Amino acid sequence: MTAASAPPMIRVAGVDKFFGPLHVLKNVQLEVPKGQVVVVLGPSGSGKSTLCRTINRLEPIDSGVIEVDGQPLPAEGKELARLRADVGMVFQSFNLFAHKTIVENVMLAPVKVRKTPAADARKTAMELLERVGIANQADKFPAQLSGGQQQRAAIARALAMKPKVMLFDEPTSALDPEMVQEVLDVMTGLAKDGMTMLVVTHEMGFARKAADRVIFMSDGEVVEDSTPEAFFSAPKSNRAKDFLGKILTH
Amino acid sequence: MSVLTNNLDLFLRAFGQTLQLFAVSAVLSLVLGTLLAALRVSPVPVFRGVGTTYVTVVRNTPLTLVFVFFVFAYPLLEILKIDEYTAAVVALTLYTAAFVCEVVRSGINTVPVGQAEASRALGLTFTQMLGNVVLPQALRSVVPPMTSTMIALLKNTTVASGFAVFQAGNIRETLADQGDNVLIGLLWVALGFVILVMPLTYVQQVFEKRWSVAR
Repeated sequence: MTAASAPPMIRVAGVDKFFGPLHVLKNVQLEVPKGQVVVVLGPSGSGKSTLCRTINRLEPIDSGVIEVDGQPLPAEGKELARLRADVGMVFQSFNLFAHKTIVENVMLAPVKVRKTPAADARKTAMELLERVGIANQADKFPAQLSGGQQQRAAIARALAMKPKVMLFDEPTSALDPEMVQEVLDVMTGLAKDGMTMLVVTHEMGFARKAADRVIFMSDGEVVEDSTPEAFFSAPKSNRAKDFLGKILTH
Repeated sequence: MSVLTNNLDLFLRAFGQTLQLFAVSAVLSLVLGTLLAALRVSPVPVFRGVGTTYVTVVRNTPLTLVFVFFVFAYPLLEILKIDEYTAAVVALTLYTAAFVCEVVRSGINTVPVGQAEASRALGLTFTQMLGNVVLPQALRSVVPPMTSTMIALLKNTTVASGFAVFQAGNIRETLADQGDNVLIGLLWVALGFVILVMPLTYVQQVFEKRWSVAR
C-alpha cells in the first residue's frame, strides 16, 4: 500500500480458520483499497465463501487479523453490530425477510439500526428499488418475486444502510441462467459508481469487465492476486491454469 | 336440565372465574414463555442455562405440586404474602410458560438460519433480530401447538379447586351438598368446557388463515 494515511477498506492478514480438522483458510493475506472491486475466484471448497463471511464475522477466525476501514473486528456484541451496519452483504440464497414486503425489507435496518424516521426510510427505499429496477414490486412479499428480482431487492436492502463496502457471496449461483444478467448489471453499475466491493463469484464475464483485481483461491490459500487481464490471459500457477481450463472450455 | 337451570347462577359464576383465571394466566404465560424461549436461543451461555434449567424443572413437575408449593410452602418463606387466587395464577403461569417456551422455541427452529444471518449482517442486535425477524416468523408456524397448550391451560385451571380457588371445578361439590344429581351436573360442566374451547379453535383457524397468505 502506498498511502499510509488511508488504510485499506478491508485488510486480512495471516488469517487461519479450521472447521474441525479441516484447514479452510491458510494464512490468507488480502487487501481491498477504497473504491476497488476485487473478485475472488476458485473451485468450490477453496474457502472463498468462508473468506467472504469472515469479513463481517459471520464466521469467526481462529488466528490472524481482519480490519475494516482500519478497525479490527470486535467480538460479538453491540460494537460488532455497529461495524456490520457499515458492511453490506449479499447472500447466495438472498435471505430476504419472508414475512415483510420488499419495501419493508429495505426499510427495516435503517429504521431499527440507524433510527431513520420511517417516512425518510421509505423514500430512500423506493429510490433504491427504482435504481435496481423493481420499484413496481415494492409491496409484494419476497416469495412472489423471481430469483433475480429477490436478489436485486437484497442488494437494495444492503445499500439502504449506505455501507462503506459491499460483500457478495456468490450472488448469482442460485439463479436461473436468464436472471443472472439483471443482477450482474446492478453490480456493474455499483462498481462504476465507485463502491468498494469484494465479490465471490463464478461469473468470469463479470470478473473481466468489472474487477480491478482478481484473487484466485485454492485449498484455502490465495494462489494468485493480479489484474483480470493478467489472470485470464496468463495465469502464473498450475492450479489457476487447471481451473481456467475447466471452466473456459465448455 | 333442571340441574343446570336451578343452578344457573352457580354455573355462570364458576365458569366466569374459570375464564378469568385462564385469561390472566394465558397472557402472563405467553409473555413469560416467549422470554424463556429468547433465553434458550441467546448467544450468552448463562442465559441458555437458566432457560434450560427452568424448562427441565418446571415441565417435569406435576401441576398439583406446583400448586401445593405456592399455596402451602411459599407462604412459609414469608417473602410476599399472596392470596390463593394469586397463588393459582402464579402456579398456572409458571407451569404453562415452560410449555409455551418449548412451543416458541420449536417455531424459532423452523426459521431458516439465513434470516438470522441477514439480520446480523445488516447490524441488527440479537434482540432486534429476534423481535423483528425471527419471532414474527416463528409464531406463525406454532399456532396449532400453541392453541393446544392454551386449551390445556384452560382445563388445568380446574386443579385450583383443590386449593380454595372457586371456579368450574368446584361445581360438583356444591351440587353434591345440595343433593342434586352430580353425574348430570358434571356432564354440564364438561359441555361448558367444550363451549369455552371452541372460540380458541376458531382463533387458531383465523390466525392460520391470515398468516398463510402473507408467506
